[in-house]
Amino acid sequence: MTEALEGLADILARHGCDGTRLMQILRETQEVLGWLSPSTLTEIARSIGWPRAKVEGVAGFYSFFHTEPMGRYRVLWSDNITDRMLGSRELMQAMCQSLWLEPGRVSEDGLVSVDTTSCTGMCDQGPAVLVNYRAITRMTPERVDRMAELIRAETPLAEWPTEWFHVEDNVRRADILLDNTLRPGEALKAALAREAETETAANARSWREGVHTDTLGPSAVLEEIKKSNLRGRGGAGFTTGLKWEACRHAPADQRFVVCNADEGEPGTFKDRVLLTRQADLVFEGMTVAGYVIGAKRGYVYLRGEYRYLLEPLNEILSRRRDMNLLGESILGRAGFDFDIEVHLGAGAYVCGEESALIESLEGKRGVPRNRPPYPVTHGFLGKPTIVNNVETFAAAALVAARGGEWYRAIGTSKSTGTKLLSVSGDVARPGIYEYPFGVTVQQVLDDAGAANAQAVQVSGPSGLCVADNEFGHRIAFEEIPTAGAFMVFNKDRDMFDVAQNFAQFFAHESCGFCTPCRVGTTLLKNLMDKIGRGHGTQVDVTEIRQIADLMQAAAHCGLGHTASRPLLDTLKKFRPAYERRLQSLRFQPAFDLDGALAQARQMTGRDDSGAHLENAE
Amino acid sequence: MDAPVKKKLRVATTSLAGCFGCHMSFLDIDERILPLLELIEFDRSPLTDIKHCGPCDIGIIEGGICNAENVHVLREFRHQCKILIAIGACAVNGGLPAQRNHLDLRDILEEVYHTDPGVARGGIPNDPELPLPLDKVHPIHEVVKVDYFLPGCPPSADAIWKFLTDLIAGRTPVMGHGLLQYD
Amino acid sequence: MSNTFTVDGQEVPFEPGQTVLQAALTADVFIPHLCYHPEFRPHGSCKLCTVEVNGRPATSCTLPAAAGMEIESNTAEIMAKRRMLLQMLLVEGNHFCPSCEKSGSCKLQALCYALGVMSPHFDQFYPDRPVDASHPEMLLDFNRCILCELCIRASAEVDQKNVFALSGRGITKHLIVNAESGRLADTNFAPSDKAAQVCPVGVILRKRRGFAVPIGSRPYDAQPISDQAERFKPVVKEGS
Repeated sequence: MTEALEGLADILARHGCDGTRLMQILRETQEVLGWLSPSTLTEIARSIGWPRAKVEGVAGFYSFFHTEPMGRYRVLWSDNITDRMLGSRELMQAMCQSLWLEPGRVSEDGLVSVDTTSCTGMCDQGPAVLVNYRAITRMTPERVDRMAELIRAETPLAEWPTEWFHVEDNVRRADILLDNTLRPGEALKAALAREAETETAANARSWREGVHTDTLGPSAVLEEIKKSNLRGRGGAGFTTGLKWEACRHAPADQRFVVCNADEGEPGTFKDRVLLTRQADLVFEGMTVAGYVIGAKRGYVYLRGEYRYLLEPLNEILSRRRDMNLLGESILGRAGFDFDIEVHLGAGAYVCGEESALIESLEGKRGVPRNRPPYPVTHGFLGKPTIVNNVETFAAAALVAARGGEWYRAIGTSKSTGTKLLSVSGDVARPGIYEYPFGVTVQQVLDDAGAANAQAVQVSGPSGLCVADNEFGHRIAFEEIPTAGAFMVFNKDRDMFDVAQNFAQFFAHESCGFCTPCRVGTTLLKNLMDKIGRGHGTQVDVTEIRQIADLMQAAAHCGLGHTASRPLLDTLKKFRPAYERRLQSLRFQPAFDLDGALAQARQMTGRDDSGAHLENAE
Repeated sequence: MDAPVKKKLRVATTSLAGCFGCHMSFLDIDERILPLLELIEFDRSPLTDIKHCGPCDIGIIEGGICNAENVHVLREFRHQCKILIAIGACAVNGGLPAQRNHLDLRDILEEVYHTDPGVARGGIPNDPELPLPLDKVHPIHEVVKVDYFLPGCPPSADAIWKFLTDLIAGRTPVMGHGLLQYD
Repeated sequence: MSNTFTVDGQEVPFEPGQTVLQAALTADVFIPHLCYHPEFRPHGSCKLCTVEVNGRPATSCTLPAAAGMEIESNTAEIMAKRRMLLQMLLVEGNHFCPSCEKSGSCKLQALCYALGVMSPHFDQFYPDRPVDASHPEMLLDFNRCILCELCIRASAEVDQKNVFALSGRGITKHLIVNAESGRLADTNFAPSDKAAQVCPVGVILRKRRGFAVPIGSRPYDAQPISDQAERFKPVVKEGS
């Protein structure tokens, strides 16, 4: 116990007992102690000077923090529809049987628990699991058996087969971004050179303090970003140059650059690959952004599922500091100080929303803020902050290196540049495909080897379900916008299963702040489960539509606004998938009537006809 | 020639997992029951002692669903009645009986028939004549389609009067302030 | 342009900095709301006060008032949505009014009456939420919690005690108290706290004080809540 407390003291000291670093403190503490016990939370709260209840509330918000022991081995099966299509549920069941476990329950000896988790971003190499938050891909029955043996023998993770932890990049098509040959620092040098052509020494200082549109240097780079017409790659497509400009113009003594690497949209894994292969380019884009807006500090908010990337990314950051690409007086430019730190999330999809991400970055529950004000004026610690997607920063680095004119010539007029698509599902070659904007859905299907596709879920559950009569449409902000997910379903798939999986996802991921989303997502999930059990009626379908209407109108943030989309899309485009499950137009009970008598039957030992109920009349 | 006599509406009532309080409140309409009886006649009801519900215009259900028999009776009412009304807190949201829902039924039976000192230790009754309890108590709209709801514990006689007279007159009942109450 | 907007055609003046709801309540124009309280900064979670501004849905308690806004509030469509929100709150908790000390002075109940909510409509969740009766003078009945966060805000901002917080996420979100034991008795909560006065429903209760006011004399017995906008007028703080 004393050893444990020392470990905790070390962690707290390393983070300077700073409450805004609570997420990192909790994660590191849990990595050492296994779970966050009541006394641990009390000690952390005392050290950072926060109310204990607030600390407990943060620990309770994130799926990857536990305030109860969850076993020395915690196995979490990625529960995205693509994992399910690869047999994840059967494999999980086999694992539970092998370990004599119920899903979600810790074994009596406190050794192991097995459960599901939202998509872990390994859709191109599923079924995937997280074991003690380390990613393992390509699960098979053999791996399940072997893993159960290793767990029973209490073999440390470090001694498990290393190939299990190997994550493939699976880059299938590369374009300007994935094919770039820029060396670390090259884009940054180009950005600084842009300034050198036109700027005086006085201007070089003023970008940090002055922030006037006529300030050259950073504004010259900003002009290139604007000229490129680069739009945010997180899905919404806000113009990057305008966001940077608004932040740059917001009066403040401090500004921040935040990279949104909380890639939580099921079916998306491009940021994983970018941060594996192009981390320098991403960091370079962030540094350019720091230069443009006058920020000294950048954060990468990395989703907890990508914990394994933390050390490699920190090594790259360290190398960049050695090369003077980060730190003080970057590349010899006096006053150009910028550094980057990687913060890990802990299993909360909603933190992909930029204001929720900022809350989380401040050590709080990841609840989206009321807006306005927007992060560009009131962001991290209340200071002007830009939050951009990983891919946006990589693209910005390209623009800084090669200019806005060059960039805008690629793609379509309204959607310039390229887009990384995370292709998974029923395709021969799942992986990352980089295309100039404007590529048709059909083209992607052909390249990925999708025979017999009936639908593509573009941009994940919150995106669009594209049916085969729409495969001629193009991927672009003006046509089919996307954050990158591209899940393919062939004609043997049941699109109801897809929608049901998404309904379950949103119910699990709603932050619970507002009534319509908190209750609505669970009502939708329950209705889909009821229809899935074969007890749905037309009444239930009507109910889904009414709840969807309310959520779209009244929910607090994008999660609630879009949570019903996969249901409405599939209802519209794949109606028969629902119809064949609907019992009749007549009413069906909300619950399993006969099942509700099971406990009484067990206690009385009765099994006569009077001890049963017909579920349907 | 005499004007044709308007056919009376046939009304059935029952109390499931309830306390008959709503029926008592109905009787509190007092002398107004006389003009009401010009318009309606009772089928199955505690007032008539008819055992099964025949074809009716209106079915009035007090109480929630706590056992298998409740389900059968409720279904019979739904089959036979054109319009089904949930009356009172228990029918509307489970009410007082539903406050056992956070307890495990097995624990309840165990405590009542085995461990609680106040009850004979005769074992949990298993006579097939007795209806088995459901693991949870439910409002009736979770088991059959319900057309109208009148909450209250019980709804006041005035509320019941207003509700029924609206309905019989062919109006959607509107409960003004003071008539719509949950307690 | 003068500092006015309209709610359902009725002109409402506002002070700069006021939100739509604050200005409306000041002008005795009632817009249903639950998580808003005149003494606290609005945070917009219950969504009861959703209105349409120039045809688009918005949360009126957090929406800054602006001149010339045309706001619709009491349309059939918006009222139907509000009823659904109330019904969602009814089924996610355990709301048994006949046995609740707050009946008659409960805002959730009063709004259900005012909006004509005849049933919970949805299927009941019947969550298991144990009561905390540890404190000698106060009782916490979490069954009725609607997660409005008013007690959290009051305890943090007025009492400077931080007795309450939220934990969990989504439908498992719940109120917790500031004690390692999880018990109210082990906090510094007191009946005189502001946080003890602000609960709009029947969660935070004084022990041995239940049902003190007879039916008929309770706050929402005589008049519907919608006729009592004056109760919710923003408090003008001195010097602000």
